[in-house]
Amino acid sequence: MIGIEVHVELDTDSKMFCGCRVSFGDPPNTHVCPVCLALPGSLPVPNRKAVERIIRLGLALNCRVNPGSVFHRKNYYYADLPKNYQISQFDVPVCVDGWLDVESEESRFRVGIERVHMEEDTGKSVHVGEGGRIHSAAETLVDFNRAGTPLVEVVSRPDLQSAADARTYAQELRAVVVETGVSDARMERGSIRFDANVSIRPEGSPKLGMKVEIKNMNSFRSLEKAIRSEIDRQTALVRAGERVVMETRHWDEEGEVTHGMRTKEGSSDYRYFTEPDLVPMVFDGSWVERARSLLPELPALRRDRYRGMGVKPAAARVLASSDPQLRSLFEDAVECGADAVAAGNWVTGEVTASLRRRDASPEDVPLRGHQIADLTRMVGEGRVSAGAAREVLEGVMDGEGSPSEVAAARNLLQLSDRTALEEVVEEVMAANPEAVERYRAGEGKVRGYLVGQVMRATSGRADPRAVNEILSTRL
Amino acid sequence: MPSAPLSIASAGAALRSGETTAVELLAAVMSRAEMTESELHCYLNLDREGAMAAARQADEELDREEDRGPLHGIPVAVKDNMCTRGLETTCSSKILAGYRPPYDATAVARLREAGAVIVGKTNLDEFAMGSSTENSAYGPTRNPWDTGRVPGGSSGGSAAAVAAGSAIAALGSDTGGSIRQPASLCGVVGLKPTYGLVSRYGLVAFASSLDQIGPLTRTVRDAALLLSAVAGHDPADATSYAGPVPDFAGSLDRGVDGLRLGVVKELRGDGYQPEVSQATEQMLNKLAARGAEVMEVSLPLFDVALSAYYLIAPAECSANLARFDGMRYGLSVKGPTASATMSETRAEGFGPEVIRRVLLGTYALSAGYFDAFYGQAQRVRSLLQTEFEEAYRKVDALVSPTSPTTAFRLGERTQDPLTMYRSDICTIPSNLSGHPAVSVPIGLDSLGLPIGFQVMAPALGERLMMAVAAEVERLAGFDAVPPPAMSPPPGAPL
Amino acid sequence: MPIDVDVAHVANLARLALSPDLLDRYREELGVILDHASRVQEVDTSAALPLGHPLGQTNVFRADEVRPSLHRDEVLEMAPESRDGFFVTSPALD
Repeated sequence: MIGIEVHVELDTDSKMFCGCRVSFGDPPNTHVCPVCLALPGSLPVPNRKAVERIIRLGLALNCRVNPGSVFHRKNYYYADLPKNYQISQFDVPVCVDGWLDVESEESRFRVGIERVHMEEDTGKSVHVGEGGRIHSAAETLVDFNRAGTPLVEVVSRPDLQSAADARTYAQELRAVVVETGVSDARMERGSIRFDANVSIRPEGSPKLGMKVEIKNMNSFRSLEKAIRSEIDRQTALVRAGERVVMETRHWDEEGEVTHGMRTKEGSSDYRYFTEPDLVPMVFDGSWVERARSLLPELPALRRDRYRGMGVKPAAARVLASSDPQLRSLFEDAVECGADAVAAGNWVTGEVTASLRRRDASPEDVPLRGHQIADLTRMVGEGRVSAGAAREVLEGVMDGEGSPSEVAAARNLLQLSDRTALEEVVEEVMAANPEAVERYRAGEGKVRGYLVGQVMRATSGRADPRAVNEILSTRL
Repeated sequence: MPSAPLSIASAGAALRSGETTAVELLAAVMSRAEMTESELHCYLNLDREGAMAAARQADEELDREEDRGPLHGIPVAVKDNMCTRGLETTCSSKILAGYRPPYDATAVARLREAGAVIVGKTNLDEFAMGSSTENSAYGPTRNPWDTGRVPGGSSGGSAAAVAAGSAIAALGSDTGGSIRQPASLCGVVGLKPTYGLVSRYGLVAFASSLDQIGPLTRTVRDAALLLSAVAGHDPADATSYAGPVPDFAGSLDRGVDGLRLGVVKELRGDGYQPEVSQATEQMLNKLAARGAEVMEVSLPLFDVALSAYYLIAPAECSANLARFDGMRYGLSVKGPTASATMSETRAEGFGPEVIRRVLLGTYALSAGYFDAFYGQAQRVRSLLQTEFEEAYRKVDALVSPTSPTTAFRLGERTQDPLTMYRSDICTIPSNLSGHPAVSVPIGLDSLGLPIGFQVMAPALGERLMMAVAAEVERLAGFDAVPPPAMSPPPGAPL
Repeated sequence: MPIDVDVAHVANLARLALSPDLLDRYREELGVILDHASRVQEVDTSAALPLGHPLGQTNVFRADEVRPSLHRDEVLEMAPESRDGFFVTSPALD
């Protein structure tokens, strides 16, 4: 059984408890103040927007917003935790008891959300010297720019059955986070991070083994790998007749294994108590209802809607969690009369691939819905071949004009004009009397050669179906 | 040069009549400090340059008829657990030796805005933990009434400075009585406001849910004036009261006629120095004679308030003091790992009482003990608040001695933490409830040591509380008594 | 009766490197203080209400506005050790 804890840095201008800018990649210790450096006498004041965002996320995860909520101090010492306690939440988090509907190619399932709570991020430590490995570091450099960044922790129930499911859940959760606009959840910046609790149950045994927490996964891939590796490790232990001990393990990205962390006895005694520097939060119904009314359409609902429009499940899944610009491109195309299946395939397929080739972000997609609609119509009507249509798309994206203009200018329109094609067929037959003879003598495979010659003569623009028909009558 | 007038009110009048200047007032206070500091050690740090610049500015402004109000040009001392920008702030701890904050505490900033001249930083029990100012890493402060005795604590430096005339007024902080108890032992007025009335931003936290900044002054009127200058909403302190600040000085002449005063049953009788009890009873009679309805009120939970306090305050302090770890500022004793650096730094930098309370609080919060200790103490606190509220339905204010005894000898209680802790038995309940309370000197015992009288009021009941305190002050006639152990300042009005 | 406290464990939690002598002394003192403090356990607190701000304040927030940070030189000047804009410490292993 697997439960996932996801930390998401909220997208706010200023930090959770002070006015320092939330930044990434700036010179160290340039966004720090008495509060986030824990200078003596400083006090925290919570960022309203961060609280509004956690409520928004909680509602998107079908949670109940507690009518009242308080902050707690979580006490532990670490060099990059300035106060040596983290302001977090304990027994009354902002949101509780939600769920998320998740879907992969293999399965659809619901994952329970136990709680969504508010906390603050730590600073960043860099361990330097002697290979850069943590256990052989000569010293630690600390940058507090990140300290105090608003952080939300989403704790799932242990409802996940496999590493792959865990990954799918994490991806779906990220999509919800992005959709609600609470965070850009950029993996490469560590603005979304995963911990997993893994325990195994030997087949046929009703008893669940000890829970092991694995930390430090920064990508979907490493989340899946880490869980798989941990399941293997625990399985091997049980098979060898050994016991799994309750512990916290660290995922080593390079070695692709988990390591037990050197933990001092009792170091997980966090001594939570109510944060006396802050007052209780009270969320009345109107606050919650306002937040609910502002929720956008979420991926799960959108998937269903797209499916209702006739989009194939796989494409609907991709489309529903794709970037908003791509989704509106799709929706505009359908609005302009495009076939939903075709438009969906175009947007999730060629358009996305082309953007990737161009190294362009979806925000800058140089396409309009009606252009996709035109393109699908041209293919449907046989005016351009599927292959040529890809070239037309490139042309449109290069700003060469509308799809028909590009097709014409690039000479990509399919020759489906019967008379013109018949002429070409006549010419090919005249130029290849031997082949015609052999075909007529019963050598069927020569027909393909003749079709090929017609296509060549038309630079591939001939509609192969029509060519075959004409050949049949002539031969 | 005129002598240092003793109150904010009289100094302010002299300033505005042209009789004196802020620079002269400061010089008088400084010369008083020169004379007494070697013996009393009220100050950790006298800011001669900064104070002189502020005094000059105050004079220039007054010359231009820019009057910032009652504190304009008044020399005020600040307890050294409030941050002063660029001026060393140590909390009397080795761990903050040499630490210069990059910002002013809100209360300090407001003092400056009000035109006050900050004389220096006063001595305290390390991180405000103590009742005698003996727990200072920089040596104790002595009581101006008898230098063999303690001034009380933890704001002992502030109380002694006001008593000795080396400041006209001072700010202190009160977590379990740290303003009122030293005020009582030094014969000055000390007031702990309602929790949230004065911003805690920049006050180095001891126990966040109990700490309040307040005035130590010669008179009740001065306390009202100083409190008015520093009170009021501060967006940098989430626990700061957002409502309007009352006119504290507006009710001082009201008297006590028709007021119901409750004498706390649990704060009289055995365990109180007989002279303290007698003086208290005499004052009650006088108040009754002025028209107050005096009745006994029982608050049974006062008996366990001390126990609850010595779980809650240490628990909060164990977290509040966690930041002193040798990583970012202050003392750092380097060890082979960051963790070792922290442990060595803290063991080296904290004094025994701080370590005792950090251990106590850590234990009270730790797994397996939380519910029986910290959790239960918080529930008792909640019940105590209810008990207070019920009492305030019957009476307008509660009264008691401020301290069970007058000033005790240096070293007398240092070996016995529990006896020392009992010094705050009368003052702790108001911190647990968040209510205001004030100590007013009402007389001397047979050794010539001051006795304090405490008035407690419901939340935001400062106006009424000060009306009672002002009446107590008038009835006691104490405000003109100078510290006999010290030679008075030359030419000072006696 | 004095309460028996595992002072070494508590000192470790509180990051205080105390000598065995000091640990003994604090064990004794804490035992006595905690015995006194444990009187809170004699109170029936079943009717206690949850504690909040004494004046009942709730929902105190600040707007999401960026305010000036401290100047880095001023920050690092306070540091026991710093380099290249970072605070430097012995390796943080656990």
